Parts: sequence; C-alpha cells; structure tokens
Amino acid sequence: MGLVIAFWIIAVVAVISALGVVFLRNVFRAALSLILCFITVAGLYITLSADFLAAVQILVYVGAISVLIILAIMMTREVQQGSPANKMKVPAFLVAVILLGIMIYTVTKTSWQVASESPLTPTTAPLALKLFSESGFILPVEMAAVLLLAAILGAIVIAREK
Amino acid sequence: MAIGLEHYLILSAILFCIGLYGALTKHNAVIILMCIELMLNAVNITMVAFSSYIVPLLLTGQVFAIFVMVVAAAEVAVGLAIILAIYRGLTDIDASNINLMKW
Repeated sequence: MGLVIAFWIIAVVAVISALGVVFLRNVFRAALSLILCFITVAGLYITLSADFLAAVQILVYVGAISVLIILAIMMTREVQQGSPANKMKVPAFLVAVILLGIMIYTVTKTSWQVASESPLTPTTAPLALKLFSESGFILPVEMAAVLLLAAILGAIVIAREK
Repeated sequence: MAIGLEHYLILSAILFCIGLYGALTKHNAVIILMCIELMLNAVNITMVAFSSYIVPLLLTGQVFAIFVMVVAAAEVAVGLAIILAIYRGLTDIDASNINLMKW
C-alpha cells in the first residue's frame, strides 16, 4: 500500500518536472526542474528495488551532470529573452503524441510474463559479481573506462582557450 | 491496485515523449541537451523495470542502465564543450542560427 502511494506521488512529480523542463521560459529554472526529475527517477529506482542504481543516479546525474549543465547555462547567457515562433511545434507535438499512443497501445496489449520471485536486495554484491567476474560484463567495464578517458580529453581540447 | 510492469512502462513512455517534443522544438542548445538526458532517463527506467519484473534474479537491466549512465555522462561533457566553443565564436547558442555549414 505504501509502495502504491509512493509510486503515484513520484510518477506525478516526475511528469510535472519533465513538463517544466520543456515549458519553462527561464533556462535556469528548467535546469532546476531537470534536477527534480532526476531525483524522482532515483525514487522510482528505489520502488523497483534497485538501491545501488538509485544511489548512482543521485551521484552521477544530480551531482555531476546537473552541475555541468548549470555551468554551461551560466557561461552561455543569452542576451535577449524573447523566444521566436518555432515552425516545428505542431509536427513535433503530433509525432510525440502518435509515438506515445503507439507505445501505450503496445504495452497494454502485450501479455508480459511477470516472474513470481521478488527482486534481489541489496543489489550491490550481485551487481559487482555481474560486472567484474570472468563470465560477466568485464569487457564493457574496461571499454567504459576508455570511453570516459576519450570524452574527458575531447572535452578539454574542444573547450579550451586558444 | 498493485503497481504492475505496465505502469512503469507507460510512465517511461510519457517521459520519453516529453523529452522528444522538447528536443525537437526548443531553440536553446543547452535545453535540447537537457531533453536528451530526459529521454535517456526514461529508457533507463524501462530497463530497470523489465529487469525487476520479468527476470528479477538476473539484474541485467540494471547493468545496462549503469552503462547508459556512463555514456550519458560522457555525452554531456563533450556536448557542453562543443556548446561552449560555439558560444565563444558566435555569442549565440540558438540552434537555428548555428548554420554556417549548411548548404
């Protein structure tokens, strides 16, 4: 019962903050609304018994990516605040609504084979076994390290002063 | 009414479509990046919901979600570096005005 109430509160706040990201005029307030959306997504992970992922979501998304986005907003202040009319609004809205309709139809029509076991908690030790053991995902972990190194070097080279 | 798999999938579809509308419509390049992050989070919710409801003992969806977070972090870093470099040259990050390479 508590899980149902928590899910509905978190879901409503997530959708409202996502709408706030798209429809708020002030860029900084849109970034703050995005932070709220990330926190509600971490709450959703907790309702799904993914505790490690919820902590990583707060650390990575709220702690690092949101700070980067706010840094970029502060450094790229737009001079004029008017937003000109965008001729893509109606087609984009139609595409989004049609895609949403197709996805909801597909989700409700498929008969999912829901398992009867409850998820593993806590998930840190099984995740560590799955990521770092020999028959696990050790190769993508190493490649992720190389990817992050390449991304850091690329960002430094692109953004530095001449 | 218990929360089933469909609730999570529909919520994730709603977040994805809101992010899609924002990425297609907004002018400011940083807001477009924020909407792309919204779409990536929606996909992460789908992965973890599938992992938690259909194969709860395997945790594969959560591993995938971790890798999606890694790629999203790398993409935000490089994307914001590009936006800062463009702003230094043009003093404008309106996505409709960055069209020097357009034919």
